[in-house]
Amino acid sequence: MKPFFSSLLLVLGLISGPVFASATNEAALADDPVAEKRLQELSKELRCLVCQNETIAGSNAELAVDLRREIRGMIRDGRSDREILDFMVTRYGDFVLYRPPVKGITLLLWVGPLALLLIGIIAMRSYLKRRSSQVASASRPLSADEARRAEALLKEMNDK
Amino acid sequence: MNRYFWVLGAFIALVVLLAVGLNLNPRDVPSPLVGKPAPAFRLAVLGQEGQTMGPEDLKGKVWLFNVWASWCVSCRQEHPVLVDFARRGNGTPIVGLNYKELRGDGAIDMRRVPAEQEVPLALERASGWLKTHGDPYLLTVMDIDGRVGIDYGVYGVPETYVIDKTGIIRMKHTGPISPQILNEKILPLVAELNK
Repeated sequence: MKPFFSSLLLVLGLISGPVFASATNEAALADDPVAEKRLQELSKELRCLVCQNETIAGSNAELAVDLRREIRGMIRDGRSDREILDFMVTRYGDFVLYRPPVKGITLLLWVGPLALLLIGIIAMRSYLKRRSSQVASASRPLSADEARRAEALLKEMNDK
Repeated sequence: MNRYFWVLGAFIALVVLLAVGLNLNPRDVPSPLVGKPAPAFRLAVLGQEGQTMGPEDLKGKVWLFNVWASWCVSCRQEHPVLVDFARRGNGTPIVGLNYKELRGDGAIDMRRVPAEQEVPLALERASGWLKTHGDPYLLTVMDIDGRVGIDYGVYGVPETYVIDKTGIIRMKHTGPISPQILNEKILPLVAELNK
């Protein structure tokens, strides 16, 4: 019985550690639901620069925690979303935005995929055109001579 | 024949694009602060009680602003380069920004550090580190909570800024400075700005 209890305690300890940790985080988030909702919405638009494939909303990196604190402070000060995003961009550049503004340097980013799609469509169309003309030329009716040979071959097969 | 030429051409173009793209360092995010005035701050100076320092104190000088912390492993790699730079002494001051000495250290559980002990403990650790590794800095300021770091767009320690006589940031380097970067990029820039 004893080993069972101690292993149970161990398991509980392993589970509850993370639960308590996130509970303290959530407590900080819950004190103003409206502000927290704005914080969540805003920080979903922002890239965490430490783990670059995570949003500031989703990341647990030090810097993301600090930046959430900054954003929370700005929301409390009544700053607009625009002002908050500008605060981030002046410090970390357009890279921090998951939807960077369309301008010279980001043009390839915005137009590139469309351009590739367009090139693909054009290439496919020209390929299909060529192919259908090849198929058309290959499917002319048989000449009388060829028809006779085909006939003969089929007959030979049937006779076997 | 012509067709294969096109396919091959497209393939080579793709390979070149990927080769260049994949060799870019994703940490090398261009800083929007280059060309802009160094953000203002006023922070306590390490080892000089009651003293504070801000960027305007160095107006008229070209200086380096180097972000470091005792928990930062790459700082250890970079440090001899800075010490060497200071020893060669061309008079260019390096100011250290000690970034989140305690809070940035993943090994420290801040919930166990009493609030009133944070600053003294950070000062002690920072000066201890400089004693062990050498102190190339004119002075170091303490960014305990990392707020100044945020104003400078710090996202990975070490980072280094070159700031000109008028207080404009002229260059930012993310990651440790190698002797090569010092000799080929920073020293020429500093020499030019000092003209």
